[in-house]
Amino acid sequence: MSTSVEPRDPQATPEGEASQPTSVGRGGELVFSTISTVSGLSILAILAAVAFFLVLLAAPALTSDPADLPYGEFWQWVAPFAFGTVWAAVLALLMAVPVAIGIALFISHYAPRKLANGLGYIVDLLAAVPSVVFGLWGINALAPAVMPVYGWLNKAFGWFPPFAGGVSGTGRTMLTAAIVLAVMVLPIITALCREVFLQTPKLHEEASLALGATRWEMIKQAVFPFGMPGIISAAMLGLGRALGETMAVAMVLSPSDQISFELLTPNGPNTIAANIALNFPEAFGLGINQLIASGLVLFVITLAVNMAARAIIASRAEFSGAN
Amino acid sequence: MKMHKFAKLAAVAAAGALVLSGCANNEQPTGGEGGEGGSELSGTLTGIGASSMQAAQEKWVAEFMTQNPGVQVSYAPEGSGAGREAFMGGGADFAGSDRALKEDENKAGEFGRCAEGSIAYDMPMYISPIAIIFNVEGVDDLNLNAEVTAKIFDGKIKKWNDPAIAELNPDAELPDADIHPVHRSDDSGTTENFTSYLSEVAPDAWPHEPDGEWAAEGGEGAKGTSGVVAAVTNGTGTIGYADASQAGDLAQAKVGEEGNFSELTPESAAQIVENSPVEEGREEHDLAMELNRKGEGYPIVLVSYAIACAEYQDPAQAELVKAYLSYMASEEGQKAAEEAAGSAPLSPKLAEQVNASIEAIK
Amino acid sequence: MTTRYSEKSPETGAESRQSGDEATRKALVSGQLPSFTPIATLVVSIVVVAGVLALFGSFGIAMTLVLGFVTFLVVMRVLSHVVEGSRRAADRTARYVVTGAFVLALLPLLSLLWTVTSKGVQRFDGEFFSSSMFAIVGEGGGAVHAIWGTLIITGITTLIAVPIGIFSSIFLVEYSNETPLLRKTASVLRFFVDVMTGIPSIVAGLFAYTLFSFIFGAGYKSGLAGAVALAVLMIPVVVRSTEEMLRLVPNELREASYALGVPKWKTIVKVVLPTSVAGIVTGVILAIARVIGETAPLLMTAGLYTGMNTNALQGQMTTLPVFAYYQYVTPGIPQEPYYARAFASALTLIIIVMALNAIGRYVAYKFAPKTGR
Repeated sequence: MSTSVEPRDPQATPEGEASQPTSVGRGGELVFSTISTVSGLSILAILAAVAFFLVLLAAPALTSDPADLPYGEFWQWVAPFAFGTVWAAVLALLMAVPVAIGIALFISHYAPRKLANGLGYIVDLLAAVPSVVFGLWGINALAPAVMPVYGWLNKAFGWFPPFAGGVSGTGRTMLTAAIVLAVMVLPIITALCREVFLQTPKLHEEASLALGATRWEMIKQAVFPFGMPGIISAAMLGLGRALGETMAVAMVLSPSDQISFELLTPNGPNTIAANIALNFPEAFGLGINQLIASGLVLFVITLAVNMAARAIIASRAEFSGAN
Repeated sequence: MKMHKFAKLAAVAAAGALVLSGCANNEQPTGGEGGEGGSELSGTLTGIGASSMQAAQEKWVAEFMTQNPGVQVSYAPEGSGAGREAFMGGGADFAGSDRALKEDENKAGEFGRCAEGSIAYDMPMYISPIAIIFNVEGVDDLNLNAEVTAKIFDGKIKKWNDPAIAELNPDAELPDADIHPVHRSDDSGTTENFTSYLSEVAPDAWPHEPDGEWAAEGGEGAKGTSGVVAAVTNGTGTIGYADASQAGDLAQAKVGEEGNFSELTPESAAQIVENSPVEEGREEHDLAMELNRKGEGYPIVLVSYAIACAEYQDPAQAELVKAYLSYMASEEGQKAAEEAAGSAPLSPKLAEQVNASIEAIK
Repeated sequence: MTTRYSEKSPETGAESRQSGDEATRKALVSGQLPSFTPIATLVVSIVVVAGVLALFGSFGIAMTLVLGFVTFLVVMRVLSHVVEGSRRAADRTARYVVTGAFVLALLPLLSLLWTVTSKGVQRFDGEFFSSSMFAIVGEGGGAVHAIWGTLIITGITTLIAVPIGIFSSIFLVEYSNETPLLRKTASVLRFFVDVMTGIPSIVAGLFAYTLFSFIFGAGYKSGLAGAVALAVLMIPVVVRSTEEMLRLVPNELREASYALGVPKWKTIVKVVLPTSVAGIVTGVILAIARVIGETAPLLMTAGLYTGMNTNALQGQMTTLPVFAYYQYVTPGIPQEPYYARAFASALTLIIIVMALNAIGRYVAYKFAPKTGR
C-alpha cells in the first residue's frame, strides 16, 4: 500500500520507488511511510484478532439451547445490562464533560500561568488512581456522604421519575456509580481539552480581544470553535472508558437485573463490564461463553455509540491544521 | 547541553534503580536451614481457585515453602469457576473451589494434567462459617431462624419491628425502621451456601433455587465479602451475610430454630460438617460433602475443596501435590489456617478421610 | 469558525456606531464593581443560605455550599448587569462557573488523595520497599516484588503500544490523504480505534490469556502476557490523543518546511512531532496511567506470586494493583496489616505515576519549541 505514496515535496524526484535508493530522503520517506501504514494496519489486525476470538468464544452461548444457559435466555438476560451500560455512561458524561471543559478553560485561560501548570498536574494525578481505589472511595466515602442528599432529592423531587422510588439504605445507587465514573473520566477529558485549548492560535484570540470582546466572548468566538473537534474526541475517549469500566462500577453499584431509570433506589441495572467482572471468577463451562457473549454485546454497543457520534460530528466540517 | 540533560535523567533513573535493586531482603538464600526439614522435594506447583481461601492459602504457601525450600508454590485467587476451568484445561496442578465438581463434571479423562482415564478427587480443606451481620441502632443481639431470615432477605419482612422478628427477640428494642438487606452481587460460594441453608431449612419462605448468584428480587448488592461488610457498616438498618472472619466489629446474629440459637464459633461450625455424610454415588476418595444443615451446630458454613487428579501424568508432580495437600489437611496446616484466616478446622474424622484420599493420589 | 466571527463582529460594530461616542465611553469607563464584591457576595450568599436552610431544619454542608454558590451566581449576574452591562455580566458568570467547576473537581480529588495518603503512610517504611511477601503472613512484608512487576509489565506495554500508537497517528494525519484507498483505510482505522477504547479490560485479559495458552500451552502466565493484554487497552488511547495533537500542528509549518526542500518524513520528525511533543507526551502518560492501575486482566494473564520475579517471559509476576486488590479483598486476620499494605501499594502507584508525569513534563518542556505563549 505504501508503494502508492506520491511525493508531495517538489524537491524529490518523481516516480522514485524502492528501486531508487540514491536519495536518503526518498529511502527514509519510504521506510517512514511504510512503518506508519503498517502500524495502522496492525491495529486493525489486533482488533480483528480480539473480535475473532470474542466471536469464537461467544458462539456456543448464542447457538446452544437457552435452557442450557446458566444465566437464562441470552437476550432477556443481557438487555438490562446493555441498558445499564449506556445509561451509566451517559449520566457520567453529562456530569463530566461540562465540568471538564470548565476545568480545562480555567487552567488554559483563567488561572495565572505558573499556577495553571501545577493545577494541571494535580488533575492529571486523578488519572493515576487505580480503579480499585475509586471503588473503595465510592463505597467508604462517597456513598455514605450522598445518602442524606438522596433522601432530600427523593422527598423534594420524587415526582420526577428518576428520583422516585424507595431510597437506598446504603447510598450505592446508579447515581453514585455515575458520579464515580464521572470522576474517573474527568482527567482524560480535561487533559485533552486543556491541550487543545492551549493550542488555540494566539492570533485568533488576540483578534477577538482587540475587537473589544470580553474574555468569555473571546472563548466563545475563538477557543470553542477551534477546540470543538478536540472536545468531541475527548468526550468519546471518556465515553469509551465509561462504557468499559469494570472494577469501580462492580464495587460501587448495587446491581439489579431490571431496566429502570430510578437513580436513587437499589434498582439500577448493572453494566455489562461490571456484570462480567462479578460473575467471571465463578463462571464455569457455558457460563464463561455466555459472559463473553455479553462482552461481544458491549463491543457492538461501543460500535453503535461511535457510529452515532460520528454521524453527529459528520454534519460539521472537521477543523484540522493538517488537511 | 542536550547530553547534559540526558545525563541528568540517566542519573535519576540510576538512582531509582539502586533503591530498588531487584531483590527482596527477605528472600536471601538461607543456607543450612533448607536441610533441616529433610525435604528433597523440588519443582513448582500452581494452584488456581477460590478467593475465599486466599488468606489460608497464603499462610499454607508461606509455611510449606519454608519447610521445603526447593518448592515454589503459587496460588492465584481467580475464583472457583476459573480454578475448575483452568484445572480442566491443564493450566493448574490443583484447583481450589467453593463447591465440589458435580458428578457429571467429574468424568475420567477430562483433566489436562491428569493421566489418561483419571478422574479428579474433591477434598474438603477449608471450612468457613458464614455470619449474619447487621447494623441497627440500639440492637446488639439478634436471634434469627431460617424462616425469618429467608423472609427478610426475600423482602417479605420490611420493618425491623416486624412481629415475626420481635417474637424471636422478646428482649430487644427493635426500631420502626426499614430493613435494607445486603447480598453478594458477585457469583459466590458464600451465597450458594447461604441460600441452600435457607432453602433446605425453610423451603416455604425461600422459594428460590440455591445458587451462587442471588436469585431474589430487591435488596442491595455488594461485591465480595469486603463489599458486603462495608455496605452493612456504612448503611443504616442493614443486614447481610459474610465470612465470619471478615465481619469485624459488626454485630452477628445467633442462628438456629426456636429455643436453640447457636452462636457462631469454629467448633459449632465444624460440628455441622462432622455430622454430614459424603454424597452418595461418588467414586471412592471423591469426598463431595452433602451438608446436613438441620443437625447440631452452626448451620451456615462454606466448605471449600481442593480438587486434584487421582493420577497425574507426571509422577514427580503427583509427589509435590501430595506433599502440599497433606500439609493443608494436617493438624498443623488446619491450625495455621484458623490463625491466619479464622476458618474452622477439619474434624479428626474428616481429616482422616481426606488423608486417605491424598494417599490414593498417584 | 469563520462564520461565527462574521456574525459577531459586525454586531458589535453596529452597536457602537448606533450610540456613537457615548457608548464607547461607557464601554471604556462605565461602572465597575469594586474588586472585593465577588468575595463579599459569596460569603453573604453562603451565610444567608445557611441561615435559611437552618430555619427549615435541613442544614447540610454540601447543600449549603451548592445553593450558596448558585445564589452567588445569580446575585453577581444581576449586580454586574446593572452596574457593568450585560456582556460583562455574562463574562463574570462564565468566570465563576469555570472556577467553580475547578473547585468542584478538586473536592473528590482531595478526598481521594486524603483517603489513600492517610491510610497509606502507615506502611510507607523501609521494609515495604525492601521486602516481598515471600513466606510472610500477617504483619510486615512489603511490595518490592509488586513494584518491580508493575515497572516491568508497564514498561513492556509502553514499548509495544507507544510506537504502534504514534506511528498509526502519523499515518492517520500525515499519510492517509495520499490515495483514496489510504483515505478509506484511515477512516476505518479511526472508527475502530474508537471502538477499541470501549473494550472492557477483562476481555482484553481473556484475549491475551487465550492467545498465550494457544502458543505456549494451557496455564501459561507471565509478565509478557500481561503486557500484551494491557497494550490492547493502551494503544487506542495513545492513537486518539496523539492524532488530536498532530492535527493541531498548523499546516503553515509543514508547508514552510516543504518549501525549504525538506522531505516529508523529515518534516514530520523535525517539525510536526516537536511542535506537538507536549501534547503527545501528556497523552502517553495518560495512557500509561490508564493501564497501570488495571487489576482483572493482569491476574488472569500475569498471575500472583508472593516472591520476586524479574523475568517477564517466565513465571508469574505480581503487580501493585493486583497486590493491593487482593490484600484488600482477601485479608487474613487481623485485617489491619493487610489493609495498610493495600493502601501503601495504592499510594506507591500514585507516586510512580506522579514521577512519570514529572519526567514527561520535563521532557516536553525541554524539547518543545518555544511558542508565542
